[in-house]
Amino acid sequence: MGNGLKRLTLQDALRLYNTLDLHTLGLMATGMRNFHNNANTVTYAVDRNINYTNICVCRCRFCAFSRDEDSRDAYVLSKDTLVEKIRATKEKGGTHVLLQGGLNPKLPFSYHIETVRLIREWGLHVHGYSPSEIIFFARTYEMSVDEILAQLKAAGLGSIPGGGAEILRDSIRRHLSPKKAKTKEYLLVMEKAHRLGIKTTATMMFGHVETVIQRLVHLKLIRDLQDKTGGFTAFILWPYQPWQNDLPYRKTQAVEYLRMLAISRLYLDNIPHIQASWVTQGKDVAQLALYFGADDMGSTMMEENVVSAAGTKFMLDEASIRDLIYSSGFVPKKRDVLYNILEN
Amino acid sequence: MGSLKGAGIMDWEQIHDRLEKGEWAFGKQELLEIFRSKDLLRLGKLAHWLRLKKNGNKVYYALNRHVNYTNVCENGCLFCAFSKRKGEKGAYLLGVQEILDLIEADGNVDEVHLVGGCNPDLSLWYLKEVIRTLKNRFPHMGIKGLTAVEIAHIAKKESKSFEYVILSLKDAGLDALAGGGAEIFAEDIRHKICPNKISGEIWLNIHKIAHSCGIRSNATMLFGHIEGIEHRIDHLLKLRKLQEETAGFMSFVPIPFLPKNTKLQNTVGSTAVDILKTVAISRLALNNFPHIKAYWVMMGLSLATVALHFGADDLEGTVLSERIGKDAGGEDSGLMNEDKLVEIIKHSGFMPVRRTTLYN
Repeated sequence: MGNGLKRLTLQDALRLYNTLDLHTLGLMATGMRNFHNNANTVTYAVDRNINYTNICVCRCRFCAFSRDEDSRDAYVLSKDTLVEKIRATKEKGGTHVLLQGGLNPKLPFSYHIETVRLIREWGLHVHGYSPSEIIFFARTYEMSVDEILAQLKAAGLGSIPGGGAEILRDSIRRHLSPKKAKTKEYLLVMEKAHRLGIKTTATMMFGHVETVIQRLVHLKLIRDLQDKTGGFTAFILWPYQPWQNDLPYRKTQAVEYLRMLAISRLYLDNIPHIQASWVTQGKDVAQLALYFGADDMGSTMMEENVVSAAGTKFMLDEASIRDLIYSSGFVPKKRDVLYNILEN
Repeated sequence: MGSLKGAGIMDWEQIHDRLEKGEWAFGKQELLEIFRSKDLLRLGKLAHWLRLKKNGNKVYYALNRHVNYTNVCENGCLFCAFSKRKGEKGAYLLGVQEILDLIEADGNVDEVHLVGGCNPDLSLWYLKEVIRTLKNRFPHMGIKGLTAVEIAHIAKKESKSFEYVILSLKDAGLDALAGGGAEIFAEDIRHKICPNKISGEIWLNIHKIAHSCGIRSNATMLFGHIEGIEHRIDHLLKLRKLQEETAGFMSFVPIPFLPKNTKLQNTVGSTAVDILKTVAISRLALNNFPHIKAYWVMMGLSLATVALHFGADDLEGTVLSERIGKDAGGEDSGLMNEDKLVEIIKHSGFMPVRRTTLYN
């Protein structure tokens, strides 16, 4: 490492996680954070989530958002609704749309191509389609992953969100989300996207049935791929939200989130940015995350349907996000989806 | 005493060394300098080291219940979302039997926290009656109650001395005096946020008298409204000085101000970083206080668990039926129980210890 720190092995990471006190872990993570980022600034983005459909054949056990096709509150967004949401995003100074939806077999591929084109027509960057959606498209539309990616890119897809990674270990995935893309598939989509010049983020949802070692192996898979491609812009982790679903597991506490965040920052030495998750952690813990390795406060989202369906409801507008950053002792800087800073 | 900074940077090792040597009586300027350094985690680490030395890996909690016997209060403090004027809709004063029934309904609690307002209809007889009846019915339950503000109110109403009131309540069975009403001692701030409340000087004097009567007490500080950091430090130093004289305080409770439903709604309130620094500086300044409490109803449960790593060693308790914090937008204590509290403490890396009112 160019910062004079030794690259952590999995064993190192496990030892640090198990033995260091909270403060020391945070101080070390801050060292890595400041190697990649300006020590005094924290970035954020203005964007909107658009969940084009909640119909999903996946029905993961932890998900409170998805619906069956014949459910009373199942939906697919019409073009008019999309336009309305896009216009509102522009009005709020948004730079991009986070476009994700359920795995809905009734939608033709043209729906997605047209959606991407529509958003692009309004001059917004499209950050869309997580690996599970891409894999599902390839299967449903009988095309290769490369073809799907190439066509979406040609329509204007700018980058891919890392959602749906959960824990990259198939025995856990079989239990939590049996129909979702497998570990190899998730990594394959990411690798192919990176090769096509499409940047992506990576995520982890932890605190359900996995062990600490399995979390660290998850980090290793991401770090190894990043060594090959350099295509990940940021890593985002959040604890599983145990409400309104059928998994009986406990709620992960703030201290564990902060420790995991710090060890992720230390281990993922080749990923430039780590986000704080105010949407799952709330304002207080999100502020503290900035002292445990996070350099980015995420984005405004404008609407959030997935986490809020699980019972956690926080919304912040741009001014509130800036306040949150500023009152934590940092200078807020607006960025675009690829982490280019948009203000002096 | 030289600067705590070396080359403009806070010298944490120097502070650590001084603490090792037992030189913990930092001055006002020094504490201000430490608070104002941006080094949240180094301050936290220092406070955590002090708390480990004092309280080991323990986190105290109580099975307790709050009884707010009246919400009628003449003081009209600007930060309060709980109080009502006499005759106002929703104003109440609980009867002795009602209080008994409330506690009976909760079953097994180790402590009752009994506080109310400065209700013009209150009498010393009523308070003694409440305490005596509770003590008779639940002899093993600790009764921690009445703030210095209520003691002063009753003393004035009955034309008795503070000492007389305290001794009467002790005689009825009061185990400890509650720490509320301290707010911020500095008169200029106090005058703005609670103009009708007793002065900081009188608050301290009442606790001094209580300690001399063999009644131990807690102390609070309401922060994050219109005060400055210097007012917080001043508050801590006044408490430290009294504790040097009496050693009667058990725990210090820093309470972040919650603006919702108060007359200070336009105030932003504290941030997480500010709250943790305040907890940590309290541990550092109040080395002669055995315990620092992270009162989760006001802090929020997530932040309170982090505060356990920043100097706090007490999560307060199950606080059934708490009203004052909840009315100002605090966390709902109705959702808490012992199992949950114990799991939260263990999960945060500590050993849960169920305490009594006097930390036995």
